[in-house]
Amino acid sequence: MIEVQNLTKRYGDLTAVSDISFQAESGQILGFLGPNGSGKTTTMRIITGFMPATMGTVKVAGFDIFDESFEARKRIGYLPESPPLYNDMTVTAYLRFVAHIKGMARADIPDALDRALERCGLTEVASRVTGYLSKGYRQRVGLAQAIIHNPSVLVLDEPTVGLDPQQIIGIRSLIKELAGEHTVILSTHILPEVAQVCEKVVIINAGKVVAEDMLENLAQDQTLEDVFLKAIAQEEPGAAETEETVKEAAE
Amino acid sequence: MRNVLTIVRKELRAYFVSPIAYVVLTGFLLLGGWFFFNLLSRFNMLLSIYTQLQQGAADQLNLNEFVIAPLMHNLSIVLVILVPMITMRAYAEEKKGGTYELLLTSPLRTGEIVLGKFLASFVFICIMLGMTGVYPAVLIAFGNPEIGVLLAGYLGLLLLATSFVAVGLLTSSFTENQIIAAVSGLVATMLLYIIGWPADTAGEVLGPLLRYLSATDHFADMVNGLIDTQDLVYFASLILLSLFLTQRSVESLRWR
Repeated sequence: MIEVQNLTKRYGDLTAVSDISFQAESGQILGFLGPNGSGKTTTMRIITGFMPATMGTVKVAGFDIFDESFEARKRIGYLPESPPLYNDMTVTAYLRFVAHIKGMARADIPDALDRALERCGLTEVASRVTGYLSKGYRQRVGLAQAIIHNPSVLVLDEPTVGLDPQQIIGIRSLIKELAGEHTVILSTHILPEVAQVCEKVVIINAGKVVAEDMLENLAQDQTLEDVFLKAIAQEEPGAAETEETVKEAAE
Repeated sequence: MRNVLTIVRKELRAYFVSPIAYVVLTGFLLLGGWFFFNLLSRFNMLLSIYTQLQQGAADQLNLNEFVIAPLMHNLSIVLVILVPMITMRAYAEEKKGGTYELLLTSPLRTGEIVLGKFLASFVFICIMLGMTGVYPAVLIAFGNPEIGVLLAGYLGLLLLATSFVAVGLLTSSFTENQIIAAVSGLVATMLLYIIGWPADTAGEVLGPLLRYLSATDHFADMVNGLIDTQDLVYFASLILLSLFLTQRSVESLRWR
């Protein structure tokens, strides 16, 4: 469903992502893990066609994101790090706009809108202006925006950051529900989230894939924390320091 | 085309849902009204002086020449400053707010985004200039200005404003900072306005070139009632070139 092959992205001299490959099968939730600044967002931006790769290819639902960008983009729902909302629009107007630009047929839009509102628990705030919504609701509008055109692939960049515990639980169960009909790539640095939600895990560090496996294989005889810390410690010379900060973060 | 209209609707909504549209329209009409009032009272004064001076001298006074033409020149200066402020948010705000990612990862062609934003600002400018129609309407009701010259002047004003819109959108597409977009837009429109100034002393080659590049010179022709193909070609090329460069600038994200 999603095939990333030998992906490299350089910004001038800085290599953000270097030769990474992984794939996600249809209906799978893939956890994309890595410390801050490891290249997660860059990878997701390339997968969604926002920016081109320096080298390598990405195929989404069988379409190359660079050569057949139009077809690929129709099949992707993307929630960037901060939800891409127009602050002066109401939730309904915003979602209707997104449905239009995603190329949905006019007749399908009302139903899709109702479904997205309901699934993301937005029915009560449907007529509110997005600029005045709380962070949790904004995030949910972002998610509704990503699923409204029923894409086969969902790319979610840290969807639970900044939410309260109850909202986090809500979003996670929503993501679980969405899998099956959608293939989901979920980027995060919250390990328990991966343990709860994902079937497959890809860990990247400093732009390289350091581990890729099914969750049950990875976390067979050790916790995911250990796997993660070992994986990111392999590559880095100053690993001891990083390890501690990550441990702190994990705690 | 459907996508273009979707973008146009979204952009127009952004103008009219926020206070932007109302502030700009009010400001523009307020200044326009002030110019009109002053030009008209000056005309009135001249009229009474000429009448006293000599029988029939008042016939030499022409409403188009003494009221409408200067009014349009004044409005054009306001447009130099106001248009970059109308267009500054077009791309800069999307980049800052993260919605640029939404637009560029949707199945939209860059041309559709660029055209949609341009048409929305064009409609806004039309509304803005349309509202100044009350001034000539007053003149037509109480005097007898030449309608043909008036319409040619309005066409000039519209083409000038549309060119400024295209230039303003281009500078907005370069940056995510609205102030930078507005200031560079202002510098560009102002340059187009004043570039012809040294034309008289610039020599045989450079002089005509500067005069040709100057938006004011082409605009002045039309205000005087002269619609020359050369002027139309000038404005059309300026608009198309700016739109093309904007399209390239938006698209450039995909090459880097």
